Amino acid sequence: MSHPYEVKEYDVIVIGAGGAGLRAAIEVSSTGLNVALVCKSLLGKAHTVMAEGGAAAALGNVDKHDSWQIHFKDTMSGGKYMNHWRMAQLHAQEAADRVRELERWGAVFDRTKEGKINQRPFGGHTCRRLAHVGDRTGLELIRTLQDRGVHMGIDVFMECTITRLLKDGERVSGAFGYWRESGRFIVFKAKAIVLATGGIGKAWKVTSNSWEYTGDGQVLAYDAGAELIDSEFVQFHPTGMVWPPGVKGLLITEAVRGEGGLLTNSEGERFMEKYDPARMELSTRDIVAKAINREVKEGRGTPHGGAFLTIAGTKTRDGLEQNTPERIKKKLPSMYHQFKELADVDITKEPMEVGPTCHYTMGGVKVDPESQMTKVPGLYAAGEVSGGMHGANRLGGNSLSDLLVFGRRAGLSAVEFANANGSVSINDDDVRDAAKEMEAYFERGEQAGCENPYEIHRELQELMQSKVGIVRVQQELESAVGEIRQLQERANNVGITGSRQFNPGWHLCRDLKNLLTVSEAVARAALARNESRGGHTREDYPEYDPYWESVNSIVLKNADGSMHLEHRAKPEMPEDLQKLLK
Amino acid sequence: MSAKEATFIVFRGGPDGGTDIQYKVPVEEGMVVLDAMHSIQGFQDPELAVRWNCKAAKCGSCSAEVNGKPSLMCKTRLDDYDLSQPIRVSPLKTFPVIKDLVTDVSWNYEVNKRIKGFTPPPETDPKLGDVKNWTYYQEDVDRAQEFRKCIECFLCQNVCHVLRNHDQKSQFYGPRFMVRLAQLEMHPMDQADRIPFIKEEAGVELCNITKCCTEVCPEEIHITDNAIIPLKERVVDRYYDPLFWLIRKLGFIK
Repeated sequence: MSHPYEVKEYDVIVIGAGGAGLRAAIEVSSTGLNVALVCKSLLGKAHTVMAEGGAAAALGNVDKHDSWQIHFKDTMSGGKYMNHWRMAQLHAQEAADRVRELERWGAVFDRTKEGKINQRPFGGHTCRRLAHVGDRTGLELIRTLQDRGVHMGIDVFMECTITRLLKDGERVSGAFGYWRESGRFIVFKAKAIVLATGGIGKAWKVTSNSWEYTGDGQVLAYDAGAELIDSEFVQFHPTGMVWPPGVKGLLITEAVRGEGGLLTNSEGERFMEKYDPARMELSTRDIVAKAINREVKEGRGTPHGGAFLTIAGTKTRDGLEQNTPERIKKKLPSMYHQFKELADVDITKEPMEVGPTCHYTMGGVKVDPESQMTKVPGLYAAGEVSGGMHGANRLGGNSLSDLLVFGRRAGLSAVEFANANGSVSINDDDVRDAAKEMEAYFERGEQAGCENPYEIHRELQELMQSKVGIVRVQQELESAVGEIRQLQERANNVGITGSRQFNPGWHLCRDLKNLLTVSEAVARAALARNESRGGHTREDYPEYDPYWESVNSIVLKNADGSMHLEHRAKPEMPEDLQKLLK
Repeated sequence: MSAKEATFIVFRGGPDGGTDIQYKVPVEEGMVVLDAMHSIQGFQDPELAVRWNCKAAKCGSCSAEVNGKPSLMCKTRLDDYDLSQPIRVSPLKTFPVIKDLVTDVSWNYEVNKRIKGFTPPPETDPKLGDVKNWTYYQEDVDRAQEFRKCIECFLCQNVCHVLRNHDQKSQFYGPRFMVRLAQLEMHPMDQADRIPFIKEEAGVELCNITKCCTEVCPEEIHITDNAIIPLKERVVDRYYDPLFWLIRKLGFIK
């Protein structure tokens, strides 16, 4: 091999340093095992910082009657009953302790008048449930976990990208990657690995996601033999910025609606009355996104093709307070600044223009609900990269609590596995192969006719946006699957010139491969599901179908490298829980 | 769409120096400097190194100097500039360049590790499965919450004279970590005593209150007035107040 590599050995490595990864690493470290946290960006910059509204947990500080049972019911109902019941149950039962624990670690949540953690209303939650800090709850969560982890002495490998998982027989045994700064290769040897790499939003053009969200964890797991579940369920957050073009897709927190924001169309009509009269603006995200989409399509959109969202002068949801400029700046400070600075809009006086933006994937790596283990022994997944918890549609606020609950569980399970199983070995041929893959981009870059990774990425984003977006239809999905395959062919020929030092073009060459794989999984699963449910809407099959409620989509890799899709019966829910849903 | 163009002069190079390269970029409405850098990557120079994440001024990754002014590139709008003149984009000056606009900010992470973390009363350590509520009030945490808005963009570190002009990184932790220390000190449940550390290790006395850090803070944290000056006062109270001096001499506190 032309380039040498360093080897690091740990009991457990965690890939991804957002909320789930940090929480997993803290759990591993607290048992005294060696853990490495590996992340593509600097520590503390992961997408968790973008979470705004809060963490959902039945603390019962505001609505005293709240309980895990009600939270469970809301979550299942929001997920259109596609959630793995056991994950939804564990999440609802454990979220409150995880939030209080965060407070013990230094998080400073907004308070109620009685001095408890305050909770705000949110879409699909029937109680006021979201523990929050203004509209920057994710930052609070990640900083608290980051400081906790740093002071426990966890080794952090920042700006280090993993491109391949290594195996010892059936077991996972390590990971291969490169330092973004130097381009040098690195191999981690570990008894257990936790994937916490987040989502896939960079496959779409209008997205709230950052450059990191290229489906790495899903594809690392898929390539290693794990299964993906329910890939077709992608959440389009109803309120992204639509203007100016430079910021199109940027997230506007659901807390705007939680605090009393009203949605209207160009005719001044509160159109949610037509789509969900009971819950209005606080309906679930899938329903609000589709409603805005429909209003715009039928010619009742705002000048820049969205809906109006007004917070100025409205009443809070409980009707007790007025949204004065002071209250808005206190409760929604980053929204105030975001609009003022990026769009010249003063939200304390004027409405915002909003429209759907790709935000989250409910689908992901299929895991055991208790342990978070994938089909590959020793390989775990937690947070957005895993699937099953949120079903067909995630409720706002359930992501931050998901990260904490299942990050901890994945960490615990990885510890158990590492303690119960002996050491692993790394196969040199696999390492050489992984290195060759990364070096080949430079070799191709020297050849005439090589493809530009940015160009293919742009084409993929256009394609996913137009044909695998909010509203889907058979012909377009069929065509999308074909076009993704063509892009994959072309991506086999991407190349880059220059040095290995911090070369974003080189990084994209590899990320692109992951994006194309997850895009294919989404398109294929969406094409097969002949119904509309949650984050998957088919123009040609607009209704729920009981058959499709009974099966999950499973994607896995065939021996010849091609993608296999099948449908498997959903696990049966115990009777006591079924009763809760009545 | 208008066919307007903007000219950028971007530093290209590494630790051993580099050159300024000129690029012309088509301008869209509402465009920010980070969009222009992405346009250069996507259409002209795939190798241009830029650090960024959220593109919404929430993560603090894309710090650079735009016409010499330390800024987050994601919230620096082109329509605030006269586009008949070129816009110069260069890396943060206070930290070593890795490549192009990316600097080595690892010193900040090292400094952070030396600060004693949040220290709650021992009897309230969480036992898994049963974590009780704490009671404290909004007015008790308003100040700490102001400090916790920090997104670690390190622009304050970049403009601090002690770090930028005098390179006294070994003696002063910089405004970012004064903010973190102040936040810990003002947390209603924190029990640790960091005053000797703030004086001796973190070097709060080196700050000469020019408030440059406060001016560049994208989160509008009143770094000097609300964090650094109160820390200085606490140090003065402890070390220079005659009564405290006596208590310290008698060995009751450090």
